[in-house]
Formats: sequence, structure tokens, C-alpha cells
Amino acid sequence: MNKIFEIPMYAYERSKDQDATTPVRHPVVVIGAGPIGLGVAIDLAQHDVPVVVLDDNDKVSFGSRAICFAKRPLEILDRLGCGAPMVEKGVKWNVGKVFNDQDETYRFDLLEESGHKNPAFINLQQYYLEEYMVNRLRALQAEGKPIELRGMNKVDAVGQHDDHVTLEVTTPDGPYVVEADWLIACDGANSPTRRMLGLDFEGRVFEDNFLIADVVMEADFPTERWFWFDPPFNRGQSALLHKQPDNVWRIDLQLGWDIDREHEMKHENIIPRLHAMLGEDAKFELEWVSIYTFQCRRMEAFRAGRTLFAGDAAHQVSPFGARGANSGLQDTDNLVWKLKLVLDGKAPDALMDTYSDERVYGADENIMNSTRSTDFITPKSEISRMFRNAVLSLAKQHEFARPLVNSGRLSVPCTYDGSSLNGPDTARLPNALRPGSVAADAPTKGGWLLDRLGDSFQLLAIGLDAETGLGACDIDIETIALAADESPELTARYLGDAKGAIYLMRPDQHVAARWTSYDKTAILDALKTATAQGEN
Amino acid sequence: MTDLVTTPNITDADDFYADLLALHDGHSKAQSDAINARLILLLANHIGDRDVLAKAMAEAAKG
Repeated sequence: MNKIFEIPMYAYERSKDQDATTPVRHPVVVIGAGPIGLGVAIDLAQHDVPVVVLDDNDKVSFGSRAICFAKRPLEILDRLGCGAPMVEKGVKWNVGKVFNDQDETYRFDLLEESGHKNPAFINLQQYYLEEYMVNRLRALQAEGKPIELRGMNKVDAVGQHDDHVTLEVTTPDGPYVVEADWLIACDGANSPTRRMLGLDFEGRVFEDNFLIADVVMEADFPTERWFWFDPPFNRGQSALLHKQPDNVWRIDLQLGWDIDREHEMKHENIIPRLHAMLGEDAKFELEWVSIYTFQCRRMEAFRAGRTLFAGDAAHQVSPFGARGANSGLQDTDNLVWKLKLVLDGKAPDALMDTYSDERVYGADENIMNSTRSTDFITPKSEISRMFRNAVLSLAKQHEFARPLVNSGRLSVPCTYDGSSLNGPDTARLPNALRPGSVAADAPTKGGWLLDRLGDSFQLLAIGLDAETGLGACDIDIETIALAADESPELTARYLGDAKGAIYLMRPDQHVAARWTSYDKTAILDALKTATAQGEN
Repeated sequence: MTDLVTTPNITDADDFYADLLALHDGHSKAQSDAINARLILLLANHIGDRDVLAKAMAEAAKG
């Protein structure tokens, strides 16, 4: 039987754009049908913005690649209408173990917080994630939403103009030209779009190689994340074992810098390595193997005229901490509502600059965390290795050293502190939900709070009266009235000690501003600030 | 803001110094370096205060 990633999911079909005498102009063209490109397109279509996705092949991700999806991207995918099948299929895990040499140094439990619809993490092969996203795209098409996915459409040239972008596209039927008011490049770490526009991509290269092997095996290892420093089966290096659905196990072996890639990629050399790790009697089959090295880097800005960059095309991190696809989906979440307002003429072009500002801030946070993990896993100097080993040897006996062990800090959403879109705050409400932060889920009488948030500006009136039907600049605000005591989680997360609160929420479920009393003028001012048309 | 104590604070300073040297007796350079690293981490955690730690690091860097 063929694997899902070997079957064409969006085979080439001739589009009528190829027969047009003058190039057809689309509001938005997306390059790349990975998780980020599909996320952008689904979100736009849900907002009724016509979108065309161009991809240079016709299949989902080859091999499992990204496997760890955190709560925030799952919430975004839920808003996009495809989170549920992912959570259902995915492997949920909470326990991690860290080994040093032969010994278990310690175990940790992520201890799930109550009152969230989505789990802290799931493991799911990227090809399943993409398959469910393509299914969602097909369902939107069936509903008549304006979304098109063109396989085997390779973009060979990009021309930037003041108010549009021109694309030269190659297909099995030959080339054609198409135009877009806005181009969104989601074409991966080696982004041809970035290269064709001659844009920078600066950062730090880590001199190391990792072998990823996904094996199918019936094994009685528990559903836990196991990480080894300097294990007997991979001396002086690290190793990771993690479970995916369908009895697929992710094995990640650090190889060091000076290796012979071709030699290491040969199955006859991989199999003994895996037996040394899994036991001589282990029965397994290789599903997918890859050797990767990585960089931590980003573009200076994620906007260049009418082209916006999202996902790995804009920023790249080490895989430790699951910050690649997870942060890319947060890019799309930030981008789409802004583009919708600009396309509708309800917000100025300057709003798109804040996409770059906010997501550059997010990327820097990810790069910092990812670089720190990498420096712990692969010490760059003798003294750095000495402290690393000191931490590991102390961690077994002493609890204090365990938070210093860094085998990847798992992705949490970024709070846009200092963003120009943030409005007023009050210190009387819990700090975790300050302006710029993402809404925390909580049970309400009308269902999960996050199921009720998103896609438009909303006023959360908790334990306070607020008018309905507010709006400014032709942008409507939907009012959601909640009692102060709908659930203990809602009270703790949104009110703290306060009796009531008003939260102005952005369409991406981030907090724009908040107050402890109702003030209509202040709310409308905050709406203008949040859409880059404030007085100041 | 807690200040870094840089006035004498250890009773029987000579005894402490002798203990510190004795800690490294019979160890190779590599073993001693590892002991020092563990000692720094233990002491840093005991102090806990990031301000004090930053001041101590800055003083140490001056040499």
C-alpha cells in the first residue's frame, strides 16, 4: 500500500488563467502548500477573500517532518475548522524523561492545566496534518468558498510593483503569468521567493548533523518523550525517542559535524545504530530517514512591498522545542485578519507593517529559546560543556538543577509586549492576559471560550454591562456578555481579584486592551489603535 | 536591590580557604574543573537573587 505522502493529493489541472490573453489579477496568491500556506489560504477563504495557492508538487509532506503540535497552533487549527481530527488522531503525551549516560536523571510531567479544550501537545506526522488541511480546503470549496489549490505550479519569477506582484509560473503545460494584489510566500526555509527578490536571511549556522529515522514498530515503550545526553549507543552525542500515531516512532540521533552524509544515510549503516538503541531483538521497519543540519535566523522584515513572508520562509529555528510549524501557524493567525481589513479598505496599509513587527518579535523569542536549547544540547566550548555536564550530574540528586536542563523548551505563544496595536491596560487584572497576549481558554455556559472567540473584533464583558452593536471605521465589534462566575478558570484567568472586566479582543484571539469598567470612547479608541489608525 | 557582599563575611577565612583547596586534592585538572562548575551552580542556586548573581559575575569578569 502506498503511503499517504506518495499519493498525489492535488494533481495538476489546467486553470483558465493559463488561457487568458492578459494576466489575471487575484486579490491574494499564496506560494507553498505546506501547513503554513494551507493555513493562510483556509483562513482567507473563511473570510471570503479569494485565494489561489501555487505549489511546485502535488503531494503532502514527504515523511513525517514536523511531529509536535502545541496547544496554540491546535487552537488556531480549530478556528480553521480542522483541529478536531488532528487531536483525535494525534498521540497525547505529558511525561518526559531525561537520561544521562545509562541513568535516568529525572522525569517531568507537563501536568495539564484544567479548563482548556485542546491538549498541551500532540504528536502527529506532518503528512496527516497537511492531509486534514487539504480535506478542509476541499470542504470549503464544496461550500463555494473562493479557494483554489494548483499542484505542479512552480513560480519561476516574481516581479514587485507598487500595488501588485507579477508571477511567472511553470506548469506541465508550459508557462503562464498571473498577478496578485498581495503575495504570501510560504515556500519554506530555502524560499525561492526570498531569493528571487534578493532579500536577506541572516543568522547563526549550527555546525551539527542529526539523523532522523521514523520507524514503524510494535514496542512497549510508554507514550513519553525520552531524551538522552551521551548515551552508550551514541557516545558523546544526544538522542531522542518520541511516539507518533500508527506505531511510528521518531528517533533523532545527533551525529556531530564531521560526517559522511552519504555513508550515514545508507540503511545498512542506520539499522545497526537503531538496534544499539532499541535492542538487538527489536523488530522495526524504516518509514523515513533524513539527515539535517540547522540554522537559527530570520529575515530583517517579513514584508517587502506587496509580498509577505510566513513560516520557515521568514524565520528558521532548530527543531528543539517544536517552534517551526508551530510559530508559522501563529504567523498566519496574525496576518490574515489584518490583510482582510486592508483589502476591504477598513484599515491602512500600515497595518501590514505591524504583521512584520509582531511576528519578528515572536521569531526573536523563538530563536532565543531555540539557540539556548541548542547550546545546551551541543555545547560550543569546553567550559560550556563543563557546565552542561555539571547541571546533568547535579540534576539526578538535586531538584534545583532540573529547570536548567534544556533539551528543548516547548513552544508557548508569544505575547506582543510593546506592540503599537496594544491599547490601555490595568494592573488590577491578571498579568498573563495583558494586552498583546493570546486569550486563555476557559469553560463558559455557552461552551469553550475559544470556540466563541476569533474572526472579528469582540468585546468580552465579564461581570459588567456593555452595549452591543459597537463599531468604528466600518469595523463591527461583537459583544459577548459573560457572568463573572461562569467557571473558576474564567474567573481566575480573566478577573483575578477584580469584580468584572472588559476585554477588547482582536480577530486572532489576542487581547487588544482591557479595563475594569465600561468606557465606550476608550473602547472605540482602542479599536482604532488595534487597526493602526489611532490618533497617536 | 540586594548588594553583593564584598566585605569579609566568612568566619575563620583561613579554614575556609584550606577547605577549598582540600576539595581539589588528588583530582586531575578536568575533575577539579567539574567540581568547580558544580560548586558554582550549587552556590548560585543558594543565593538565588539574580541581581546579586549578576553583580558577582560582573566582579568576577573584572579579574
